[in-house]
Amino acid sequence: MNIRVLLFAGLRERLHREEISLEVPAGTKVVQVLSSIFGDPAESAKISRSLLFAVNQNYVRSDATLNDGDELALIPPIAGG
Amino acid sequence: MILLTREKISLESVVNLLVPDPSCGAVVQFEGKVRNQNEGQSVQAIDYECYETMAQKELAAIVKTAKEKYRVPQIAVAHRLGRLACGETSLVVVAQSAHRQEGFEAVQYVIDQIKKKVPIWKKEIYEPGKEKWL
Repeated sequence: MNIRVLLFAGLRERLHREEISLEVPAGTKVVQVLSSIFGDPAESAKISRSLLFAVNQNYVRSDATLNDGDELALIPPIAGG
Repeated sequence: MILLTREKISLESVVNLLVPDPSCGAVVQFEGKVRNQNEGQSVQAIDYECYETMAQKELAAIVKTAKEKYRVPQIAVAHRLGRLACGETSLVVVAQSAHRQEGFEAVQYVIDQIKKKVPIWKKEIYEPGKEKWL
């Protein structure tokens, strides 16, 4: 199945892109997408601790299961106002 | 009434979004501006970035909850995006209510929730070439 991953702020600058389209197996969880983006499991675990996650514009936990066509946003610490 | 915009915003323009209501005796207003310093560093400007579709949803939910929780008939919120110079207005929250108390509480609640839940980021720009995401 295909998902879109949206990147913002420091994460967007670090990866030099706003969006990544990924082909992942059915039943993939949010946390599993991180390792395919960041490679190294230790690095991906470290980054994920500082992030919130949203699927289709709703906050979810890192163990949420993704569906085909989902829009997954990786949300670094927010600072509105 | 929620506005996410790259155009300049002002307290007056957001207050004008409220529909006059003779049963309301209070309009509580908050205006947030870009400060020229933060944690000992001189700030030249701030870049605001936003996940707009989600921010709209989160703001709508926050405003709905605030109206119900504090029994405030009207709340308007505007957040500016893009690059803002020092002194420019980044956020306006206004509440129109029967009495002042619930208006103050509702405005405080909305601001607190924005800082916790709405996907907006800011990058402080210091001297040329020096910047930091907060």
